[in-house]
Amino acid sequence: MTVAAVSTVTLLVVLWFVITSAPGWERVRETYFDWDDAKASFPGIARAFVVNIKAFLIAEVLILALALLVAVVRVVPAPWMAPFKLIATVYTDVFRGTPTLLVILLVGFGVPALDLQGAPSDVFWLGIIALTLSYGAYVAEVIRAGILSVHPSQWASGRSLGMSYGTTLRYVVLPQALRRVTPPLLNDFVSLQKDTALLSVIGIVEALRQAQIDSSRDFVFTPIVVAACFFIVATIPLARFTDWLSLRAARRQSGAL
Amino acid sequence: MISVRRTRTARAGALVAAGALAFAAGCAPADESDDAASDSASSDADCSVEALPLKNAGRLTIGTDAPAYEPWFVDDDPTNGEGFESAVAYAIADRLGFAEDEVDWVTVPFNTSYQPGAKEFDFDINQISITEKRAKAVTFSEPYYRAAQAVVTLEDSEYADVTSLDELSEAKLGAQVGTTSLEAIDQIAPTQQPGVYDDTSKATQALELGQIDALVMDLPSAFYTVAAVLSEPSVIVGQFQPETGETEEFGLLLEKDNPLVTCLDATIDDLSSDGTLDDIEEQWLSQTTGVPELS
Repeated sequence: MTVAAVSTVTLLVVLWFVITSAPGWERVRETYFDWDDAKASFPGIARAFVVNIKAFLIAEVLILALALLVAVVRVVPAPWMAPFKLIATVYTDVFRGTPTLLVILLVGFGVPALDLQGAPSDVFWLGIIALTLSYGAYVAEVIRAGILSVHPSQWASGRSLGMSYGTTLRYVVLPQALRRVTPPLLNDFVSLQKDTALLSVIGIVEALRQAQIDSSRDFVFTPIVVAACFFIVATIPLARFTDWLSLRAARRQSGAL
Repeated sequence: MISVRRTRTARAGALVAAGALAFAAGCAPADESDDAASDSASSDADCSVEALPLKNAGRLTIGTDAPAYEPWFVDDDPTNGEGFESAVAYAIADRLGFAEDEVDWVTVPFNTSYQPGAKEFDFDINQISITEKRAKAVTFSEPYYRAAQAVVTLEDSEYADVTSLDELSEAKLGAQVGTTSLEAIDQIAPTQQPGVYDDTSKATQALELGQIDALVMDLPSAFYTVAAVLSEPSVIVGQFQPETGETEEFGLLLEKDNPLVTCLDATIDDLSSDGTLDDIEEQWLSQTTGVPELS
């Protein structure tokens, strides 16, 4: 314990000394860590960060629903499901393989160009759709992996108790599967929280874009650091929760509970 | 408000050059005649090619963003001397004593042009507006151009016929990040959050898709956008002088405290007083007259 503390403090002091004694430190401090610039940009970035939070919360719910549907379609053995399975497989392949940024650009600018009746034209909702499509593919794969990790004997025992395939899935397999994949799922959501910044590319003024506006107006980078802090602060609780869940799962598995 | 027509009597070293912009900012506008008198003194004395503090000895290295748009550049090729900024750059190079083949161009994305530290260009020419705050991070030359802002919309838009900025307050407006246009939007006091885009192509895309009602950009760019970028029929609703930000003046961007600015300023003064800049403006930006003023 003492050793850990001493070595941590020493490392920090050495790092601090090395960085602040660099010849360019003064310029870096003025450009990246200026307290007045930080204060000036804070309210605007805070307002814009509400957009990120809103996008994250809405997208998360939609992603879970879509991913669960896709994952289940892909594991169900019923022969009549074949075309749906094909669609689900193509969907995961395509959207997992396409960078989220491109999906946002394609949906944000491409969907309205189609002039479809009833398609949303509001960029915020187009952005939500894009995030849902992109992350839905990742999360579907995570959930599918969870389902496949449940031992076949669980299926067999469910069926032998007279439950239908669907009921077995619903009451026996899915609960176990979801519990197993909770840490990677949360990990994906941490990632999603950050990727809401990508929505700026279709014209939405969210935290990063607001920071960029301030930054390029005055040629300073402090607002970008402020925006980064917002994302970090919002991510930490989720990250710690993920750690705690993984730890708990590991303990249970080793029987130490 | 910054006034950049300034006097310069010193054959200045680095220190004076560094202070010049801040000095000019606080200073009252000076007469043109003062400029002319001081020019010849400084340009003859310090500004021979051998004496210039250059990145590559004997060669002038100029930065600009890619793609390089008309009317500032032609055919996305800064090296051809065509387009307003390319012509200005070569006029400056010529006046400093560089032959055309002694000028090198490097690509500098706008967002990296103001990063702290050493630059790979002697100066960057990229429609960069001079502001006092920006001048803390980089050094600006004197302005080589003053731009008005313009409002662009589609021909069938309900905003195509407005005659005042007030009438635009209900519109969803858009602009490119890092431009004075974005600040000029404050002058319209829009009720909706403006769309902010990485570059002109995304902004025009949003306009065509109806995600924004009108686009605010500097007047010469507006001409090019209406003529060549937008595929749907579009119009320049009108022009206005920005009042919310500082006056829209484009300057050359240099690494902070680069003493080269003294010679560049003297050269720009020269080009301005002998009418060369006006001629170049006439040649490449002549369409900018005849657009109605928005009150």
